Amino acid sequence: MLKDITLGQFFPGDSILHKLDPRTKIILTLLYITSIFLATSVSGYIYIMLYTGLLVFISRIPIKIIVKGLRPLIVIIAFTAIINILWTKGEVLMVDFYFINIYLEGIMYALLMIIRITSLLAGTSVILTYTTSPIALTDGLERLLAPLKSIHLPVHEFAMMMTIALRFIPTLIEETDKIMNAQKARGADFSTGSLTKRAKALIPILIPLFISAFRRADELSTAMECRCYRGGDNRTRMTVLRMRPADFITIALLAMSCIITILLNINFPIYKI
Amino acid sequence: MAFIKMENVSFSYDNDTLHDIPVIKNINLEIEKGSFVAILGHNGSGKSTLAKLLNFILTPNSGKIYINGRDITSPDITENDVFEIRRDIGMVFQNPDNQLVATIIEEDIAFGPENMGVESSEIRRRVDDALAVVGMSKYARHSPHQLSGGQKQRIAIAGIIAMLPECIIFDESTSMLDPSGRHEVMNTIEMLNRERNITVLHITHIMNEAVRADRVIVINDGEIFLDGTPSEVFSNVAELQSVGLDVPQVTELMFEISKDGIDVPINILDEKSCADILEKLLR
Repeated sequence: MLKDITLGQFFPGDSILHKLDPRTKIILTLLYITSIFLATSVSGYIYIMLYTGLLVFISRIPIKIIVKGLRPLIVIIAFTAIINILWTKGEVLMVDFYFINIYLEGIMYALLMIIRITSLLAGTSVILTYTTSPIALTDGLERLLAPLKSIHLPVHEFAMMMTIALRFIPTLIEETDKIMNAQKARGADFSTGSLTKRAKALIPILIPLFISAFRRADELSTAMECRCYRGGDNRTRMTVLRMRPADFITIALLAMSCIITILLNINFPIYKI
Repeated sequence: MAFIKMENVSFSYDNDTLHDIPVIKNINLEIEKGSFVAILGHNGSGKSTLAKLLNFILTPNSGKIYINGRDITSPDITENDVFEIRRDIGMVFQNPDNQLVATIIEEDIAFGPENMGVESSEIRRRVDDALAVVGMSKYARHSPHQLSGGQKQRIAIAGIIAMLPECIIFDESTSMLDPSGRHEVMNTIEMLNRERNITVLHITHIMNEAVRADRVIVINDGEIFLDGTPSEVFSNVAELQSVGLDVPQVTELMFEISKDGIDVPINILDEKSCADILEKLLR
């Protein structure tokens, strides 16, 4: 059961988005989010929908997977939409039913929120999480944040922690499975009873898991010391990330996109909010 | 000049005098470059502690340790010296899972050279070479949890080889593996010693592994109990059993036969020569 958990959401592939430098993709994500929040009119939103669709298309990630990724957020999306419909006051009254007043502006606002949330999720996952391996992501973050080292932020240490965490997730999952089986063999019951009872049943799993995690940490740190680890100073890397022309071009394109959304807001202010 | 030299080395984990139980007592030891030494001892005999003293994970309370003629116990040893020692003396531990750092095999092997500040193209070369040495080249892009215990341990060895050490200490590196994994790792260790001239210190409690070394050192209660070639050491069957150690099965068989007054050599270590002797006896 625990084996089914996939690490991150990376889908290997060789699309243009897959091949971009992780640093580029982090920058692209930020630009993309900015452009979504810059869009405040219907024209802007249509533009965002179009180019999110284009991103999904070039990533060659199946639509099914993206829809699956959106599913957990349906509740939040529906909730936001309903709140917006019921509580937005406007000029054009559509429904007047006792205390429920629905205005056209409310419906439009709800629609825009739905577009905003879904494209935000689909876009960022296509640019970043679905097309970048976790290790490339930490690597990219470390190198992108490297200038912050000069103000004594532990950038390398943070990236190292991420790498080790990623490395040990499958190991610890396997271990949890083993401990659970050992407890089940001795009559422990994890699946029936009240919520508090089930929560209590987890204690005999968590304690051995924690103890073993600490022991692992201790052994790992000794092994790392034996392999000459002494923090990020003077450390070189085997794979050196290189920004290619394609990286700069895509960054420029998305930066232009931000400008386009602003221009659309100004020139075609349909239902501007 | 010996590669490793220990002079009157003592060590205890607790430094306060009340609970001061020495783990290593006055050990004198010399290990030649290029040798394959097996260190035997029952649990708690101090054999792992001895290994950790050699690459500065622990420092002795008294006595001197020389590596390549350099006194690593002298007070003016710098941090850089420590890293040089750790580069020269690599260490492979018991649990293969707890030594691998990265999520991708080749990234993990690169970890040591990266820490040493080796240039990227050279790291790439060393990683490919180390993977080839342990016969794991086709797993370069796998992640550790997809491998078996023996394979993981070979990756851990590759990670040390990439640092180009002169000596590798195997701290019970085979004890958590199944027989086939153990076989893989032992063959790798032997090959490193023979072909790459790497000094090997193999800490184990598996007698059949110790037989493959050039020299066997038996540690008991922090002292050197026996020291010699495998056939010299294992002919002391009664002494070894008195400190809670086994001898290889064939040696034990020979020992039991000789107890009955039949004249057979006790220093037999492999099945083949044992079978030959038995055949002669039964004719």
